[in-house]
Amino acid sequence: MKFIDLALTASSSLFRSKARTFLTIIAIFIGAMTITLTNGIGTGIKSYLNKQIGNLGATNVLQIQLTNKNSGGPSSSTTAPIAYNPNQKSVVSGGRGGDVQLIMNPKDITAIASIPNVTSVTPERPLSPDYIMGTGGKFQLSVQQQFGSTTAAMIAGSGVDTSSLQNQISIPDNYVSSLGYSNNQAIVGKSVTIAISDAAGQQSTVMAVVTGVQQKAVLGSSAVFVNNTLANQLYAIESTGLPAATADSFTTVDATFPASLTTAQIATIKSALTAKNYSGQTVKDKENTVFTAINVIIIVFDMFGVIALLAATFGIVNTLLMSVQERTKEIGLMKALGMSPKRIFALFSIEAVLIGFWGSALGVAFAALVGKVINTIGTHGFLKDFPGLSLLTFPIKTIVVVIVGIMVIAFLAGTLPALRASRKDPIEALRYE
Amino acid sequence: MNSQTAIATKQVNKTYGKGEAAFTALSDIDLKITSGESIAIVGKSGSGKSTLMHVLALLDRPTSGSVLVNESNASDMDGRQLDVLRNEEFGFVFQQFFLNANETVLDNVILPLKIAKVGRRERNERGLKVLASVELEDKAGSKAINLSGGQKQRVCIARALINNPSIIFADEPTGNLDSQTGKTVEDLLFRLNKDQGITLIIVTHDADIAARCDREIHIKDGKLTSKGEI
Repeated sequence: MKFIDLALTASSSLFRSKARTFLTIIAIFIGAMTITLTNGIGTGIKSYLNKQIGNLGATNVLQIQLTNKNSGGPSSSTTAPIAYNPNQKSVVSGGRGGDVQLIMNPKDITAIASIPNVTSVTPERPLSPDYIMGTGGKFQLSVQQQFGSTTAAMIAGSGVDTSSLQNQISIPDNYVSSLGYSNNQAIVGKSVTIAISDAAGQQSTVMAVVTGVQQKAVLGSSAVFVNNTLANQLYAIESTGLPAATADSFTTVDATFPASLTTAQIATIKSALTAKNYSGQTVKDKENTVFTAINVIIIVFDMFGVIALLAATFGIVNTLLMSVQERTKEIGLMKALGMSPKRIFALFSIEAVLIGFWGSALGVAFAALVGKVINTIGTHGFLKDFPGLSLLTFPIKTIVVVIVGIMVIAFLAGTLPALRASRKDPIEALRYE
Repeated sequence: MNSQTAIATKQVNKTYGKGEAAFTALSDIDLKITSGESIAIVGKSGSGKSTLMHVLALLDRPTSGSVLVNESNASDMDGRQLDVLRNEEFGFVFQQFFLNANETVLDNVILPLKIAKVGRRERNERGLKVLASVELEDKAGSKAINLSGGQKQRVCIARALINNPSIIFADEPTGNLDSQTGKTVEDLLFRLNKDQGITLIIVTHDADIAARCDREIHIKDGKLTSKGEI
């Protein structure tokens, strides 16, 4: 038999006992649907977070700190206190009590800049502006210097240009109306005023052009991004009156590298940093910590789907064993007429695979439908506070993997009945009752 | 009619089981069937006539001895070669019909061609032609379950004919039919034998059919006996 004839014969045999086939398909359907839904939620959340990660900063930047030796990390509190080193200053950082961060100076910048592939090193200055003002009142803000390319999800305009000599900022969308503009487009290209105080408490103001509006962040802070020119100007004001030694100390520096670097090349930079007693983290690394947790949750949910599929697998075995039993004579006849055992095996295997295909295809389709409905309800209801989130996302790759995976499982389940069919003795099968 | 040998057996034995419990179904069968001959294998139930037919039709392998089909030794062939040989050279007609009840008459008839990987158009053409030769072309689209017994057996004959076989094996072809329709089926088989020179091997206990054959082979307790011993 040709493959197409095998497939057609298998398909028509399947639909001959409709109820039985339908029930077997239902079992597969439930498993496929569960797995697709859990993965859809996982993918949806991850792709949302991916967009949000942009608000944490550019992806081609390493955040570098000095490694606090002998403690396994700057914030480790599991070992005894670290011996005092008069050459190494440290500060107690915010956050958890006991966190100690070591202080870096311009020598560290030179050392880090000498690592291959590092294109620039900039210390993270603690910028604390007093307020931002548009055409209306004054509002508090937290600013973050933009390094590398913009990855924040922009909803109007574009991100700040790091190399521009103009003072530029980009603002989160919840600032737009407070600054006195009716919509996101209206504020792009307009000037705003930022006020900042020096060490003596003397307040000065700086003008900056708004280049764009980014989506309000859920992960990370809803920061106002500033370009280098503006950051330098703000820091110049803020550090006025500070002793030189204080102005030149910082706990964190940001090193940029070409965005085209591969993961392996980035790893090389990191190990070079480690060798020099620094530890560097990209945004991706922070993201991975979150993603690992999400993946674990998804795997747990997937287990439910897998258990459903496992039960469904026995359904396939059962259905096909019955089918083989019922069609003993048909099998015997086909063998007598010259059909090879291999082809008989193929015939029943195709039936199993078809059950897997229909179950998984329908399950995936139904899950996609449910996802669409939930997303639609969600954006207008319980997900209103998460703009840009579609809770369920179904990439083609996942769908194909689920369907093909289940077809493979179904094939494996079908091997026992198919083997039994292929081994039937035509004489026994055709013997009169 | 030529006198080529269609099937020959040499010292064929078939034993089931081992040792004390061994049961001899066939013992020392020497047989020569000439091409174009019609031959009846006659015997009581349990005499070994079905086993003999299965061995001749290469559905069963003898315990010892050899079966030659068209001068080539079947014991030298592997399963695949036997399958191809059965598919291309043999036609089967069974007492119980073995039609697929839910498929159309045409689909039932073309099954051997489907197995032989013949394309859809050609097999449908040949299927309709062969159905015409058993005067059932108007039933091509009907489900097999809706046919009468005689029609079913004619469908079986059409199925046996579709691959232009050199030998047709008929196992009690009229056993399930009344005498009137049985006669029609019988006539059809013998006409094929005479007109197309197809070797006809009929297993039967019907003396009338046996008498119409060129030759009768009688079998008792797995041994060939001379005529009239049953």
